[in-house]
Amino acid sequence: MNLPEAISSLEAASESARALLASVSNLAGVEEIERDFLGKRSVLVSVNEAIKDFAAEDRPAAGKAIGAYRAEVGAAIAAAREGMSAGEAAARIEGERLDLTIGGRPQERGHLHLITQVQRELEDVFVGLGFQIAEGPEVETDWYNFEALNFPPGHPARAMQDTLYVDLGEQEQVLLRTHTSPVQVRVMESRKPPIYTIMPGRVYRRDTLDARHSPVFHQIEGLVVDEGITLGDLFGTIDAFTRSYFGSSIKARFLPSYFPFTEPSAEFSVTCIFCEGSGCTVCSRTGWIELGGCGMVDPNVFKSVGYDPETVSGFAFGFGLERMAQIRFGVDHVKAFFDDDIRFLKQF
Amino acid sequence: MRAPLSWLKEFTPLPDDVGAITDALNQLGLEVEAVEEPGREINGVVIARVLGVHPHPDADKLRLVDIEFGVGETQVVCGAPNVVVGMVVAYAGSGATLPGGFTLEPRKIRGVVSDGMLCSSRELGLGEDHDGILDLSQELESGTDICEAMGLDDVVFDVSITPNRPDAMSIIGIARDLAAHFELDFTLPTPVTGAAGTGAQGVTVEVLDAQRCPRFTARMLSVTVGPSPEWMQRRLSLAGMRPISNVVDITNYVLLERGQPLHAFDASRLAGSTLRVRLAADGETVTTLDGVSRSLTSADLLVCSGDDAPQSIAGIMGCAAAEVGEQTTEIILEAAYFDPMGISKSSKRLGLRSESSARFERGIDPNAVIAGSDRAVELMEAFANATVISETTDQYLEPITSPQILLRSERVNAVLGTTLSLDQISALLVPLGIACVSQGSENTVATVPTFRPDITREIDLIEETARRLGLDAIPRTLPSNPDHVGGFSRSQQERRLVADALVGAGLSEAYTLSLLSEKALEPFGYDASTSVSLTNPLRAEESLLRPAILPGLLGAVAFNAAQGNPDVALFETGHIFRRPVGDAIQPDERDHVAGVFAGTRSGRPHDVDRPVDVYDAITAMNTLTDALRLSDVRVVAGEVAGLHAGRTAIVFVDGAAIGHVGEVDGPALGVHSLSAPVVAFELDLGALLRAARLERRYSAPSRFPASGVDLAFVVADGIAGADVLATLKAAGADLLEEIRVFDVFRSEALGEGVRSIAFSLRFRSSEKTLTDTEVGEARARCIEAVSSAHGAELR
Repeated sequence: MNLPEAISSLEAASESARALLASVSNLAGVEEIERDFLGKRSVLVSVNEAIKDFAAEDRPAAGKAIGAYRAEVGAAIAAAREGMSAGEAAARIEGERLDLTIGGRPQERGHLHLITQVQRELEDVFVGLGFQIAEGPEVETDWYNFEALNFPPGHPARAMQDTLYVDLGEQEQVLLRTHTSPVQVRVMESRKPPIYTIMPGRVYRRDTLDARHSPVFHQIEGLVVDEGITLGDLFGTIDAFTRSYFGSSIKARFLPSYFPFTEPSAEFSVTCIFCEGSGCTVCSRTGWIELGGCGMVDPNVFKSVGYDPETVSGFAFGFGLERMAQIRFGVDHVKAFFDDDIRFLKQF
Repeated sequence: MRAPLSWLKEFTPLPDDVGAITDALNQLGLEVEAVEEPGREINGVVIARVLGVHPHPDADKLRLVDIEFGVGETQVVCGAPNVVVGMVVAYAGSGATLPGGFTLEPRKIRGVVSDGMLCSSRELGLGEDHDGILDLSQELESGTDICEAMGLDDVVFDVSITPNRPDAMSIIGIARDLAAHFELDFTLPTPVTGAAGTGAQGVTVEVLDAQRCPRFTARMLSVTVGPSPEWMQRRLSLAGMRPISNVVDITNYVLLERGQPLHAFDASRLAGSTLRVRLAADGETVTTLDGVSRSLTSADLLVCSGDDAPQSIAGIMGCAAAEVGEQTTEIILEAAYFDPMGISKSSKRLGLRSESSARFERGIDPNAVIAGSDRAVELMEAFANATVISETTDQYLEPITSPQILLRSERVNAVLGTTLSLDQISALLVPLGIACVSQGSENTVATVPTFRPDITREIDLIEETARRLGLDAIPRTLPSNPDHVGGFSRSQQERRLVADALVGAGLSEAYTLSLLSEKALEPFGYDASTSVSLTNPLRAEESLLRPAILPGLLGAVAFNAAQGNPDVALFETGHIFRRPVGDAIQPDERDHVAGVFAGTRSGRPHDVDRPVDVYDAITAMNTLTDALRLSDVRVVAGEVAGLHAGRTAIVFVDGAAIGHVGEVDGPALGVHSLSAPVVAFELDLGALLRAARLERRYSAPSRFPASGVDLAFVVADGIAGADVLATLKAAGADLLEEIRVFDVFRSEALGEGVRSIAFSLRFRSSEKTLTDTEVGEARARCIEAVSSAHGAELR
């Protein structure tokens, strides 16, 4: 073998190695080719052995040709090997593929009732304003629901609240509370001022369940009793609540009203959260949405619980949770809150 | 109270700005519910005169009417029977619009073109009359717009009056407040009436109960009954009352204008000119004007004739017998002041409310009774051809006087958070009719008119001050005491935790009514005698207070099933009511939590679907007790009404039974037409929140290896799995890190009356790696303990 023969056999081998690699279908085939063309019995070895018989001036060219061959075939084999293993991995992945878009196991989270969610939000706002939370029984006596709250028997304001009576005790003495206000009396009876408390709860009226009425609904009531509390403090507190709950663009408005247990009394409205006051169908084009009632605790109420109206003063306010939820979430039927339709519950 | 603007303007020169008046009323606490402008929908209707009436060629009941309407003449077809030559009518020509948005155009009626129409009262939205066309006053000029001619440009404010403001249930009361607000004069004319003929005998008035009837006045008049004038009918209609006749309309007119209810009796139907005011006898019956026979009690007050026959339920409603009718020629006019509380109670008990009772029960002005009566006489003289026959008899033994109240400016400012001077305060009160006489620079003595019975205390005057000042003028501040901290109590936090845990376990929160029917409760072992019932339920379905949450919650499941969603998981927390304990008159009211699973628990597409079973309820319950970290919860087989006797357990916490869990039984499902399976739990939430808790203290997790041991025992059916588990726990002691049941089965090979329960135990020491010998010893202790405690052998 002389130099030209060596070069041509290397070139031929390189060419046939690459041709074989092009048609090989698996990693084992690649490895076989590697053995045949770069291994112990390959052309590489025979050329290497022949070099020692070459003329001295031919040896560098022969070495160079071997290097070129090794690089060329080596690179082709490496490329083929990489292609083969990627393909096989891809095939494995393809075989194990899952469609994750069909979703997980049908293990759903439940949903808190919308009224609970509204109540929690309100509680959180008032706790932030320094209030505590109190509760009371739903079946009350006439004293707590009416008389201690300055609704004497026969008082026309009693007719404002159609009462469900319970068949216990003397006639019309035990009743389903018509508002959360009896809790005010219980809180004041049980402690001394200062009192900064809210009182959420279930209340009852003699109504048929329909789109606008329910025999059962929920209120939240607030009571503050301290020294030097003013009507301005009431308005400011409701203002602070309104901003905190609805946002700073929502304002509170107060108009005189009447409740036996507060004096002066007022109704409070907030800027319509839908039109921001410009007038829409939700607010009957007034720009305001009526939320609830409030006022300064009537001295007669303080007298019923043994507080001195000359030394402490206070305010109370209250509103309906269903109404709040209706306004905020556009629930048009009160009945929806009590049907417990799972499709309704899941919306919130 | 519906107040027409024109009527208000008779007493104070109000501006025409409807918006400003609406705002003013709202700011005064006289909440405007609606503003109506009846004439706004009438356009182009003018006054016309009938020139000729001719028969219609093709219809017996129609006539062709020639009219003149100021700027021209035309012919219309008219079906009204009352049209005659010379009549002044309302003519709606082509292009005119009527209430309801109806626009006229010429059209043929039975072949004859009618150029518009003549209008009835109803077509103009002025009243109910549709028997004939509106017969207008001869005074009106042809061509004048009807709205202008008849004052239809009037505006009606529908004002909601709070129970403390009887004075505002009258036109003058609202006008007085508005006059004060706009700083206008308020004028209340004194009625001018003719005197009685000399020697005329007065009406005899006998008041047998002066407490219930502090003042009673009566006088006799001769009258000619006929229709009242159009303007009066219109005002009554605008104010929401139906015109009847001049005499009746005038009493209603005065009621609305002055807030003084009046009653006119037909004198000829009363025995003698005597009125007697007495309490009814128990069981006495009367037939009121509305034709209803009513049974009375000794708490009801009657106005009777001389022969003691009831003529009215005092202050509430007259009786049919002495009703004023077309034949009436003489009336006795009653004007009185009745005790508000008495009227309120009678009215409520009888379920009978009238415009009169609504005013009496809030308290009218006892000192304006004569003025009200005089006003009626003045109007009857003008519009019912009345002559006073007898002078007024006035029974008013103890005149009610104006209270005098000390008002301290310091107190006003302390309550309102203002800095008003005494003069400023007085200036706000005086226009309301409250006289203020200063005592020094700080205090004033306010004399409150008797038309404001709501003002009896200093705080009432402070409220009036705020109302007059305008609530917008009160500076908004926050309470200045920083010494109060907000927060939730532990039980309030934990109630949220319970709800959140159940939500996490896949249950959605339901709110059911706390009122149930006996039928819904029966399968659960409750009835009207064992639960708390209502005395006045609206519906039988809501006649009992729930003694448990589950019965109502099943209703929610049923509602969903009916909507095509039978597979639901719901929970509810809330109060339940049991019969009172001991001497209590209020029920034993507790906080409960209940959960329910119904239908199928879906596992597809990844797992299989399966019907819910009682272990779903157990799992949810465990989530809850785990969230609360309860230290002693035990579940013991038991029976509870409404639940499957073989699939029910009583839940014990700290050794006390506080609820149950199980599968809802057939009868309870049947009430709601539900199909099985439905499983549920119900627990006393209050008891859970009070129960002992696991200690919250760190213990380092062991870093030594664990050894797993599985043990299966053949256990007799009478032995609860939980008991075997407890025995194993005790035997494993400190080395037993974890234990759970992993298999339960029965087989023929095991034999009757026993089942295999397999436990997986994991032993681990916190101090060292356990040797095989040590694990073996622990295993042997466990096997021995179960064998000796339960006679159960290792399988």
